[in-house]
Amino acid sequence: MNEPRALLNLNHLSKTYGSNRVLDNFDLTIFDGEFFTLLGPSGCGKTTVLRMIAGLEDTDTGSIQLDGQDIGQVPAEKRPINTVFQSYALFPHMTVFDNVAFGLRMSGVAKEEIAPRVAEALEMVRLGDFAQRKPAQLSGGQQQRVAIARAVVNRPKLLLLDESLSALDYKLRQQMQIELKRLQRKLGITFVYVTHDQEEALSMSDRVVVMNKGKVQQLGTPREIYEQPANLFVAKFIGEINQLDGEIVAVDGNHEYEVKVEGLQWRLHAEHNFKAGDKVNVLLRPEDVRVEYIDDPHPDQYLVGEVVERNYKGKTLDSLIRLPSGIEVIASEFFDEDDPSFDYSLNQKVAIKWVPGWEVVLPHEV
Amino acid sequence: MAPIFRWGFMGLVLTLIYIPILVLVVNSFNASKYGIKWGGFTFKWYEKFWNNDGLMTAALNSLTVSIVAASVATVIGTLAAVALHRYQFKGKALLSSMVFVSMLTPEIVMAISLLIVFMALGIKLGFISLVIGHITFCLPFVIVAVYSRLKGFDMKMLEAARDLGASESSIFWKIILPLALPAIASGWLLSFTLSLDDVIVSAFVTGPGYEILPLKVYSMVRVGVSPEVNAISTILLVVSLVLVVISQLLLREDK
Repeated sequence: MNEPRALLNLNHLSKTYGSNRVLDNFDLTIFDGEFFTLLGPSGCGKTTVLRMIAGLEDTDTGSIQLDGQDIGQVPAEKRPINTVFQSYALFPHMTVFDNVAFGLRMSGVAKEEIAPRVAEALEMVRLGDFAQRKPAQLSGGQQQRVAIARAVVNRPKLLLLDESLSALDYKLRQQMQIELKRLQRKLGITFVYVTHDQEEALSMSDRVVVMNKGKVQQLGTPREIYEQPANLFVAKFIGEINQLDGEIVAVDGNHEYEVKVEGLQWRLHAEHNFKAGDKVNVLLRPEDVRVEYIDDPHPDQYLVGEVVERNYKGKTLDSLIRLPSGIEVIASEFFDEDDPSFDYSLNQKVAIKWVPGWEVVLPHEV
Repeated sequence: MAPIFRWGFMGLVLTLIYIPILVLVVNSFNASKYGIKWGGFTFKWYEKFWNNDGLMTAALNSLTVSIVAASVATVIGTLAAVALHRYQFKGKALLSSMVFVSMLTPEIVMAISLLIVFMALGIKLGFISLVIGHITFCLPFVIVAVYSRLKGFDMKMLEAARDLGASESSIFWKIILPLALPAIASGWLLSFTLSLDDVIVSAFVTGPGYEILPLKVYSMVRVGVSPEVNAISTILLVVSLVLVVISQLLLREDK
């Protein structure tokens, strides 16, 4: 891998609507050629960031640099950046061909160059045969692909996608995720994707920034964000997570701690610095929780819980287990092909443990 | 039982509305001058109208006024609708509600106020005053027709156009205008129809030197309804009907 080159720099961006601070001193660097995702709940400011990059929204303070040049004062129509809108925003009175050719015509590309470039873009999204249709004659997924073709045909330095898959049904969305990723690799264009769907963000992105209330919560690869959430918000927003209360009993140095959780003492690793007596949250992904029959021999320490709900999900069996403290833990387990009777009954007592080191220990938040 | 009442009632309503018009149309082809009994089919009233220079001049004047007034009202109204739809400015809400108020203003009030304005400004009553008057009452209809169509659009489309490099003027010519065209055409046709058969405003703001058809007809019927008037009215009816139908078809076309 070459050293990544910064393509876009956002410096101290702020934006306030009335009394609502949508963006608060927001900094971000996006590298050339990466698939970058802005992830967060609605109202976290992610779409505002995207619109500022596109030039469709003014910044209150801060600067935006593309390839080292300040583009803050460059109007949207002059920026080498294109957007795929959530509602596609295709021009209904134009054919698919004219829709895709629009940007080329606006920038004065030579006439004889337009047709082959449009054809190439449509071919890329596998809509070569649809050039003469009107948008209303296409399905949602096809319209989506026209919107993508209309943007990439201009060969922008940056392609912005605003919740572009959210209007599609589940199956089509999954298919488009793969297609987008493939397209991005093929084109080598930097994609900036905005979504509130964490699954989408994880599966497509090279890097993800998790946002909340106009601030960066965490920036990292999907794996870092899923496995090492920086705070409770990120942990809870990215997938399901179990939250146990704990207290630091002793510091063993080198980020190793003796932590008291559910009445037992565990030796846990944490990235944060704690001192004895600190309250912490111990977080466990449902798929990292191990459930065992209580009658089996247990060489390690374990918690005892009672199965209060079992949920057959097809691929997995999800069990809700109540610990003596009243906290309920979700365990998500794959079926064991060799054990067809694998199941629990309600109110059954089970042993719970997890692979040491797979837990995340964070400062206690309510 | 119920269907009989339903159809009977509908028949009654339609009869009340359309019998007078039907009588007029039938009489325009009635050879008998007084129209009380059928005297045989004829085109002679239409011929008389065609050969009556005074009436033909008034008809041509009417067409000129209507075409000019409808066209100017359409241009101003379309731009006003685009402004109301696209831009945020002070007094926007007031302006858009005033549009509706002027639609509901009694015509007589508008006629008198226009007359006062023309007199105050020293504008001679005639073609110019007539055209200005007609533009005034046509304008809100164009604005409403175009505005309501624009409102049906996805605003993101205009942003998409900008994002793809379109200037403000390209957005207007390539996106807004083609999409609003059916409503603009419909607004023009509606204005033309309103202008063509207007009596009240015209009666106040035109001068003796410039006669238009509805006023000429009005002065003719004061000395008794001549069959010629039936012929003229039938022509006006057909023209209006065709234009209204076209304008409705334009608006119904899918977006």
